[in-house]
Amino acid sequence: MDLNMDLNAPHSMGTTIIGVTYNGGVVLGADSRTSTGMYVANRASDKITQLTDNVYVCRSGSAADSQLVSDYVRYFLHQHTIQLGQPATVKVAANLIRLISYNNKNMLETGLIVGGWDKYEGGKIYGIPLGGTLIEQPFAIGGSGSSYLYGFFDQAWKEGMTKDEAEQLVVKAVSLAIARDGASGGVVRTVVINSEGVTRNFYPGDKLQLWHEELEPQNSLLDILNSPSPEPMNI
Amino acid sequence: MSSIGTGYDLSVTTFSPDGRVFQIEYAAKAVDNSGTVIGIKCKDGIVMGVEKLIASKMILPGSNRRIHSVHRHSGMAVAGLAADGRQIVARAKSEATNYQSGYGEPIPVKELAERVASYVHLCTLYWWLRPFGCGIILGGYDRDGPQLYMVEPSGISYRYFGAAIGKGKQAAKTEIEKLNLSEMTCREGVIEVAKIIYKVHDEAKDKAFELEMSWVCDESKQQHQKVPDELLEEAKAAARTALEEMDAD
Repeated sequence: MDLNMDLNAPHSMGTTIIGVTYNGGVVLGADSRTSTGMYVANRASDKITQLTDNVYVCRSGSAADSQLVSDYVRYFLHQHTIQLGQPATVKVAANLIRLISYNNKNMLETGLIVGGWDKYEGGKIYGIPLGGTLIEQPFAIGGSGSSYLYGFFDQAWKEGMTKDEAEQLVVKAVSLAIARDGASGGVVRTVVINSEGVTRNFYPGDKLQLWHEELEPQNSLLDILNSPSPEPMNI
Repeated sequence: MSSIGTGYDLSVTTFSPDGRVFQIEYAAKAVDNSGTVIGIKCKDGIVMGVEKLIASKMILPGSNRRIHSVHRHSGMAVAGLAADGRQIVARAKSEATNYQSGYGEPIPVKELAERVASYVHLCTLYWWLRPFGCGIILGGYDRDGPQLYMVEPSGISYRYFGAAIGKGKQAAKTEIEKLNLSEMTCREGVIEVAKIIYKVHDEAKDKAFELEMSWVCDESKQQHQKVPDELLEEAKAAARTALEEMDAD
């Protein structure tokens, strides 16, 4: 093991991020690991960031870059909402993100998934990968963990799911990616956005389903030392 | 209703003792002296028409367009000083394109009207600028349906079902109020607008005029365009017949 860990390496979010549309809205999901090289700088980070009341973004890649881009877009969208007199559309939010990503492509390293609900188009997901392309998709995956999910989604995705089906799909997918990708881990966070509003959910890492070859967690014998019950070895 | 504002009308940055800015009111006079411009909001779109007074027989018919497309989904009809109108149209086009580039969707008509109104108002704030001498009727079709706005030289902008500016505006407004706009389609609206313009045209004072019309409706696929030629001819014929029937009384 490399004992000379580079603790000053830029914080990167190895990450698994997902955005899925369903019949009536969208579900966004992400893991929670932020790494500095091999060191997990934050094991419970929140990668799903609010842009407006009805639009959220999943961030991957450089933590700093993605945070800055989100902050700028939140600022522009706020002004836009005031001028327009009504909530911004998901498309406008995605376009603003795209303009910043594309025009600064030489300096930024961030892949984003914008998802939300507006009264004109309903639930929409837009993927904005590294170079600054803008692509509207029924579902989008991103981050290092997404490599392990392409085949899974090809098989498991279907049009017109219910809210619960969609959320279960997202949790399952992030959980699968966490199992295989070293740069993803921690907990699974989801955000559901529809006409009624926004709901945040949290799935602790140790409560996730175990996949092939994963072992059941075992209690350590050291627990005997810490237990309040009577000493097992009485002399 | 007009009064001479002696002494208080030399600059657009001067108020009169009774709280009026005379330069802006004089700018509105320039609009009142131009040919009539009408806009109506039908149930499926907007129709706009202009009474283009022909200054000379040498002018080519179809030239001196008074209705301009600002973006695919919206257009503007201008009354008053034509050159001033060109400036405003150029500004509106530029606002619309920039909005589309920045936000990725066509500019909402409400937003466009506000920007045009802001720009017109801007020119009433500084002594080194003069107010625009034109009134604008702006019609567009966006996600919230068809909308009609009117912008005056003062920078005021309101949303309307029917609006008229220019020489025959009083008579035109009376005629528009008689129409049942919420039930009318744009096809029918084109005929009605033509009839109104022919009716309010003053044969005694102004000689010839050319009718220019445009629409943006479901039939035009929500694009702003000139009314198709055969419909325009049909409208002109209907208008002429209606006039003759009136004269025959």
